[in-house]
Amino acid sequence: MLLTHIGRYMLMLKGMFTRPENWRMYWKEFMRQCVDIGIGSLSIVLIISVFIGGVSTIQTAYQLVSPIIPKSTIGQVVRDTMILEFCPTITSIVLAGVVGSKIASELGNMRVSEQIDALEIMGINTKSYLILPKILAALLVVPMLVVISGFVGIWSGKIAGVVSGILSAQQYMQGLVLEFKPFNIVFALAKSYTFAFIISSIPAYFGYHVQGGALEIGQASTKAVVISCILILLADYGLAALLLKNG
Amino acid sequence: MIELKNVCKRFGDKEILKGISAIMEAGKANLIIGASGSGKTVLMKCMVGLLEVDAGEILYDGISFSSMSNAERKHIRKEIGMLFQGAALFDSMTVEQNVMFPLEMFSNLSYRERKKRVDACLARVNLQDAHKKYPAEISGGMKKRVGIARAIVLNPKYLFCDEPNSGLDPQTSMLIDKLIHEITVEYNITTVINTHDMNSVMEIGDHIVYLYEGKKQWEGSNKDIIFSKDEKLNQFIFASQFLQDAKEMRQQELLNQRSGTG
Ligand SMILES: Nc1ncnc2c1ncn2[C@@H]1O[C@H](COP(=O)(O)OP(=O)(O)O)[C@@H](O)[C@H]1O
Ligand SMILES: [Mg+2]
Repeated sequence: MLLTHIGRYMLMLKGMFTRPENWRMYWKEFMRQCVDIGIGSLSIVLIISVFIGGVSTIQTAYQLVSPIIPKSTIGQVVRDTMILEFCPTITSIVLAGVVGSKIASELGNMRVSEQIDALEIMGINTKSYLILPKILAALLVVPMLVVISGFVGIWSGKIAGVVSGILSAQQYMQGLVLEFKPFNIVFALAKSYTFAFIISSIPAYFGYHVQGGALEIGQASTKAVVISCILILLADYGLAALLLKNG
Repeated sequence: MIELKNVCKRFGDKEILKGISAIMEAGKANLIIGASGSGKTVLMKCMVGLLEVDAGEILYDGISFSSMSNAERKHIRKEIGMLFQGAALFDSMTVEQNVMFPLEMFSNLSYRERKKRVDACLARVNLQDAHKKYPAEISGGMKKRVGIARAIVLNPKYLFCDEPNSGLDPQTSMLIDKLIHEITVEYNITTVINTHDMNSVMEIGDHIVYLYEGKKQWEGSNKDIIFSKDEKLNQFIFASQFLQDAKEMRQQELLNQRSGTG
């Protein structure tokens, strides 16, 4: 059962790579998906980033009670947790819900209402026309959203710290530049690309292969979101174990 | 002309099509009729290559379609138009964009030329004022018209219609049927229509193939059908007493005419 899913998923990915019937139309579809995924989920990403940034500062301060640790450490810790874990992972999990369910239900609806068949009849490779632009758009846009989320989260961490009187803006800024490792950014981006691929390809698989009607579309999109989330967490663990070995 | 030679199709151990042979002629409305579940849609999907046949052959003007690879089929696909049961319009596009889509994908025409072609096709199906509407905003009959316009926009040689009048009122059904028939004759298209609507059969059935449980039970024209002795066909067609009576009256009429002239 699992193996047939994996096999069909692989075949789907392989089937995406054929010569486009018309480059301009593929480009148009790609741009449409970028707008859909990017603009469509920008506001939710901003909202969660503001809150996880603020909460991180307050909770870090709550845990660092020792008087010998300087306040600026809070800034440093918030920066690293945001970049290493919270921004890529939480943003992606939320996007799995927002983008994943949209991709699965859009393709599922197209399958059930025979729109995919209509495209096939015209001689269009629907795997490459419908799925590839979604995956490429996610690969472009999701890392961008994660970067935005990082800036917003760290900035809102500062605001939360200052407003609740935990530390001054200056102390926070000092912490931000303390022992900064550029590799962390690389790590965050590696995670973003991996998660972007999961968020787009898994829901596309479930949506593209729907059989039945409206009920099955709902089921497929639920399944797509759940499985994407699990795979994101597995990949998160795998990447951490692989890339963060030497601290 | 499309030729079916002993077409077989099974799903698992369920045999759906049991060796169907028939010829679909150019410039004629070729009707595939039969009860729900008799395999009409499966047969049509095999003909256009959405499903693969298990045995037998499908020939498009003498060229074997069923043994081609997907890449080779692309050439024939460009000559095929299809109207789906639910019209299958792209929901994210307006009526105009739907009809223009095949042109954008497969032609090198300029926007103005494409627009002209789209306007002509929409006018051909008697839709002049729905260009900017989305599929969700138009009625079932209008959707079918748009579906027909999209199917004929690239001047196909073959047109497939799966239950073109399901879900439509009798009057609209008749209009859609007539439209398909006119287009078929006008452009000399090989048209294949799945239906279980007796009005269509009588109105536009130039050539009729009756499927019964996955087998071809009867073949002929709407002129022959009234004299058919085939029990199963008669059960299907003249299911109601009203039609049964009408048939007998019509038979009598035709017989009287013949004896009158003869
Ligand atoms: N993809 C499929 N898998 C399994 N069985 C199918 C499939 N498609 C159709 N069938 C079966 O084939 C039979 C014929 O269906 P169909 O061609 O849709 O009938 P109709 O004449 O009403 O169009 C039905 O019994 C249906 O359950
Ligand atoms: Mg059917």
